[in-house]
Amino acid sequence: MDFEFSDEQIAIRETIRELVQDRVAPRAAEIDQTAEYPKDIEKLFAENGILGIPFPEQYGGISGSSVTICMGIEEIAKACASSSLILAVQALGSYPILVAGSEEQKKRLCPPLASGEKVAAYALSETGSGSDAAAMKTRAKRYGNEYVLNGTKQFITHGSIAGTLVVFAQTDPEADHRGISAFVLERETSPWLAPKLEHKLGIRGSPTAQIVFEDVKVPAANRLGEEGAGFKIALAVLDRSRPGIGAQALGIAEGAFDYALNYVKERQQFGQPISTFQGIQFMLADIATQIEAARHLVYRAATKVDGKAPDLTKIAAMAKLFASDMAMRVTTDCVQLLGGYGYISDYPVERMMRDAKITQIYEGTNQIQRVVVARALLR
Amino acid sequence: MDLELAPEHAAFRSAVRELAQGVVRPLAAEVDRDHRFPAEAVAAAAAAGLMGVLIPREYGGAGMDALAFALCIEELAQACASTSVIVDVHTSVGSEPILLFGDEDQKRRWLPNLASGELLGAFALTEPASGSDAASLKATARRGGTGYILNGTKVFITNVGRAGLYVVFARTGPDERAAGVSAFLVPAESPGLRVGQVFQKMGLNGSPTGELVLEDVEVPGANRLGAEGQGFTVAMRALDSGRIGISGQALGIAQAALEEARDLMVERGHEQGDDFLLADMATRLESARLLAYHAAWLCSRGRSFTRQASMAKLHCTDTAMQIALDALQVAGEPGAVSGSPFERHVRDAKALQIYEGSNQIQRVVIARELLR
Repeated sequence: MDFEFSDEQIAIRETIRELVQDRVAPRAAEIDQTAEYPKDIEKLFAENGILGIPFPEQYGGISGSSVTICMGIEEIAKACASSSLILAVQALGSYPILVAGSEEQKKRLCPPLASGEKVAAYALSETGSGSDAAAMKTRAKRYGNEYVLNGTKQFITHGSIAGTLVVFAQTDPEADHRGISAFVLERETSPWLAPKLEHKLGIRGSPTAQIVFEDVKVPAANRLGEEGAGFKIALAVLDRSRPGIGAQALGIAEGAFDYALNYVKERQQFGQPISTFQGIQFMLADIATQIEAARHLVYRAATKVDGKAPDLTKIAAMAKLFASDMAMRVTTDCVQLLGGYGYISDYPVERMMRDAKITQIYEGTNQIQRVVVARALLR
Repeated sequence: MDLELAPEHAAFRSAVRELAQGVVRPLAAEVDRDHRFPAEAVAAAAAAGLMGVLIPREYGGAGMDALAFALCIEELAQACASTSVIVDVHTSVGSEPILLFGDEDQKRRWLPNLASGELLGAFALTEPASGSDAASLKATARRGGTGYILNGTKVFITNVGRAGLYVVFARTGPDERAAGVSAFLVPAESPGLRVGQVFQKMGLNGSPTGELVLEDVEVPGANRLGAEGQGFTVAMRALDSGRIGISGQALGIAQAALEEARDLMVERGHEQGDDFLLADMATRLESARLLAYHAAWLCSRGRSFTRQASMAKLHCTDTAMQIALDALQVAGEPGAVSGSPFERHVRDAKALQIYEGSNQIQRVVIARELLR
């Protein structure tokens, strides 16, 4: 066993920490309040190679390791959950290509994503198809060397700003989930519409779009895998992306705890810092322990991705489930530790509590994670 | 980063599992019911070298690390919690202080017999009025005879009456707190040392727990462990790695309860409500396991691990309690009948939240480290 990051990973982490401290943390409150996508931070990440983390070197990236991706997401999420999605969704939108793409597709599609020239997104959910992904209605019909897409996708993170969009659509509606195929849409040649952005509880700086396809043409060369392989690809991608959501939750919780821990040392009541009261100390001990437990599970799942372990599906679901439930509890407790100040927007912890909520919902709700874990156990 | 067990650890775990499932587990229900010491199980563990996991080869042990120790206790506890605590206390707080603080003569004299299991170790710190507040202990060791004369009453001593050697903490100096405490190696046959009341408990029934009474017990100077006044340090360091063992014990009980609940569900059918409970049990157990292994990993590298050991003990034992209760809930009424493993796990798990530093004390330790 070895619980440490490699020297190379530590070097990447130091770079990210510095950028986050200098450039991201000071922007986090404003990003939340204005609910504007931080294009400047996207550029910052692109220029510093951070968006290349999800990709191996031969496709223009710097790593491709899930452990490194999780480490990066965690570091950014400590200060700003919205900004952490810039890396997390770059990974999510690229996994289908990396998992199921041909060599030609990877060489063609990945470099502009790795350099950050283009933003990636992943379009699976629909209004009537959330946890039940197989119920999707978006249709892809083949005409010669291209497909024509029609339909609407819901809750697509970065769907409005992406240059590259992976879309799941029915090529054979009779065949249920075996009729789903995956396509890579490039905005210049296959433009989609994003008529509506959602107003949200948290991660307000990360645009969540409804996406509409009206006779959008996609070259057959941009289909990933065989026709009908889409559902399998979607599940394989979720196995790889769930540790990243765990890492995001972990970072949010750590950011909130870091703030609250300093606060209770400073805050004086009854003539002494409130950190001297055992009731407060026990809350701190429980929070730190829960964060530590979640951290190990997240990185265990990440090493399972990198090692292509047979029990990846189960461990990835566990990591996402445990870390996101932990983050919700911990951020709520951190608001409590700050009392009235925790509840107002002059302090960051209420934002972190709002940001934490989505980690229990997206990338498969925690109820779906429990279904996945139970299925693996009861097989 | 590599979070899989190394081949030698994985092989060791398999070997212990085979012994635990083959020899130890079949005795577990009876040991609990009859409140009897699982002598055959302990003998089998000794024959397999498990009593000396942490003791270096030059002193007759297996020379393995803290992670191997945690794995050993985890596997034994999955089979029988009573057996696991007997081996755990012997190996960690009963033997390790000699390894860490003993001089060469003490190591050569005591470790080979502890490693072979010929001598069973025990740890006598707690007193009736000194539990979480260990520094307030009252037992005395005054200079006299060939070294010291010990007097006092120790309580909640695991392996009492079975141990051949007790690590006893007593006051040598005028300081009324930690600085006045010293550690002694006291053989069971020492005149004046006797076993007091042996307690009836709610669980861990195969593991004797009781009072150790010291009345003018003469202990040679050569049996003082560490310097005068160093006893509290000895105790705290022993408890740090003891907590790794208890974490392993918690993981084993939890794993047993989880697997039994799972098997029952497969056998009788299951709905989503129980499925979700099972998923939560397994997820929590997985998070606890790595916390324990991380503390062990740090310990075996000679790095500071106090906070991690306390976190592991806290989370693993709270997890074991919750999983034991949830498994019993899944099992329903048949699980609550005496003789069922489900109710035994609940009774066994409860002790873990209390001993080796109650979970409230773990929170004190963790908070102290955080606020430093």
